[in-house]
Amino acid sequence: MNETGAAPAAEPARATLPAPDPGPVRKAFSSPLASVFVIAVTVLWTIPTLGLLVTSLRPKQDVAGSGWWTVVTHPDLGLSNYHTVLFEGGFGVSGGLLPYLVNSLAISVPATVFSLVLAAMAAYGLSWVRFRGSDVIFFVIFALQVVPLQMALIPLLQLFSGGAHLGSVTIIPAFNLSGTYAPVWLAHTMFAMPLAIFLLHNFISQLPRDLMEAAIVDGASHFKIFRSIVLPLCTPALASFAIFEFLWVWNDLLVALTFAGGTPEVAPMTVRLAQLSGSFGGRWELLTAGAFLSIIIPLIVFFSLQRYFVRGLLAGSVKG
Amino acid sequence: MSVTRALLADGAWTDASVKLGNMVGAVAGFLGILLVIFFVAGRASGRIARPLAVVLFLGPAVLLLIVGLVAPLVRTVYLSFYNDDGTKFLGGKNYGWALTTESVQHVLLNTLLWLAVAPLAATGLGLLLALLIDRVRGQAVYKSLIFMPMAISLVGASIIFKFVYDARDVSQSQIGLMSQLAISLGWHHPPNWMLSQPLNTFLLMVVMVWVQTGFAMVVLSAAINAIPDEVTEAARLDGAGGVKLFWFVTVPMIRTTLVVVLTTVMITTLKAFDIVRTMTGGNFGTQVLANEMYSQSFVQFNTGRGSALAVILFLGVLPLVAYNILQLRKERAVR
Repeated sequence: MNETGAAPAAEPARATLPAPDPGPVRKAFSSPLASVFVIAVTVLWTIPTLGLLVTSLRPKQDVAGSGWWTVVTHPDLGLSNYHTVLFEGGFGVSGGLLPYLVNSLAISVPATVFSLVLAAMAAYGLSWVRFRGSDVIFFVIFALQVVPLQMALIPLLQLFSGGAHLGSVTIIPAFNLSGTYAPVWLAHTMFAMPLAIFLLHNFISQLPRDLMEAAIVDGASHFKIFRSIVLPLCTPALASFAIFEFLWVWNDLLVALTFAGGTPEVAPMTVRLAQLSGSFGGRWELLTAGAFLSIIIPLIVFFSLQRYFVRGLLAGSVKG
Repeated sequence: MSVTRALLADGAWTDASVKLGNMVGAVAGFLGILLVIFFVAGRASGRIARPLAVVLFLGPAVLLLIVGLVAPLVRTVYLSFYNDDGTKFLGGKNYGWALTTESVQHVLLNTLLWLAVAPLAATGLGLLLALLIDRVRGQAVYKSLIFMPMAISLVGASIIFKFVYDARDVSQSQIGLMSQLAISLGWHHPPNWMLSQPLNTFLLMVVMVWVQTGFAMVVLSAAINAIPDEVTEAARLDGAGGVKLFWFVTVPMIRTTLVVVLTTVMITTLKAFDIVRTMTGGNFGTQVLANEMYSQSFVQFNTGRGSALAVILFLGVLPLVAYNILQLRKERAVR
């Protein structure tokens, strides 16, 4: 970067000027300093993950005895660590990580679908079924984004296990859902609502008004409009948010820790890994293999659907 | 031996197929019920059609929000004035405990430190990258790689960095990258990174910066590209260049986005406890509010204290949100 404004005007202008139009012409002007910096940061950003991957592929004695970078001179890679953590335990517990991996999937997919559909409905209701107070509701929902989840945990847990009571009157009976995925799905869906409604509202409220009015004139009900006009037109937005939400739920620790416990019946990978990193810190060949298993699915989702994911992020945050 | 192994694997696969079956069933059931409701409600006409639509479209979300966020919020505030199992009213005692106990003060101080350093570092570095990256050949690849940690859970990221920070006695060969680098650079006795205070807190922040910088970069890069060409051209004709152009044109033009990014990262930082929990468990002077709150409530089972800490956390986030809402209202007014 350039230090002072006293430097000759033309050169620094190129060095700090953002690309107004990153077309082929601008690319020809790539400055070496910028390239060096960007490449350095990229390498710095990638090496930790690379180290994890390499370590997870090396045999136990190699991992314990030498740094992963020595793999260059002593290459000995294989998938046996993965076999161990997936099926055999290897962490001093019976069974491996496979049940937790399945749990992660079984938690993430429904939680994503539930919150997506309900949020899309609410966003449509707020933008096109106009009624008095819809603006107030929208702002309250937006504001709820900031309630720290930690705040909701204790009451919600008490509600799920004991129901809600006012004095001696039972308002909501105990759900008795422990040991199932339901509390985790429910909690994720609840916590996702504010952000999901906010982002989807941005898309759905900008659909062409003429289209909606024409449909109403044709006698279509709101339900029909939602199903046959809104959903198809918003598919890209829904897809981008679905990826976002899937990653969020898959990567969550707090909600899972509270509502799923630590058992192989319902707990996801993140919970198990957090436990293992505390108690098996020395078994790096297993810990790294487990960690890589937990990040490989998000990474696949991320790299294959990156464009939609980015679009979903930008919908809420870029305002020129 | 191989037989038991096969059996175990078999059991695991059966278990997996049952779980995934349940998952598909739950999703199908949910969508099925909605379809039926939509079909029936769609036939309603006349005066009830609109109220019915309002209730059905908004009802589920509003109900979930009330049960999941609004009621718990009220309940947590209430619990924060009570003792460990919520049976005896204590007044402000839990808050007094939080603000006067030395260990908790240290936690609050750490949280403030996180809040001041991590978001600024992530946003600053993200902005720098956003400015430079569009002019580098093959930028898409670099962008993806820097953005990649966003897809990794904070638990996964913590394990990755725990390995980077791994330290052994100098007589042994190092397997942690950082120790090895320190030794290679001539530091004969590098410390055990995770045990040395206050360095360890900053090393934990590195994980947060690693995860969030890509997010800041992508969003800011989009905002910078949205600046109209005429604006930069005009400024350049007026003689602005380099740093001047950056401070007086680029930054004001993307100010809103900059603030949004900064608040988003701040809120994430304030609420995130995964990093501390996975890497040090809050020991060695690294504890933060979000994790202390969890420990108080779910390890020590002191609901009152845990709730009081949660309320403090909430009060910490509140100004950030209030500012965002003001911004949003302004924009809506313009629209």
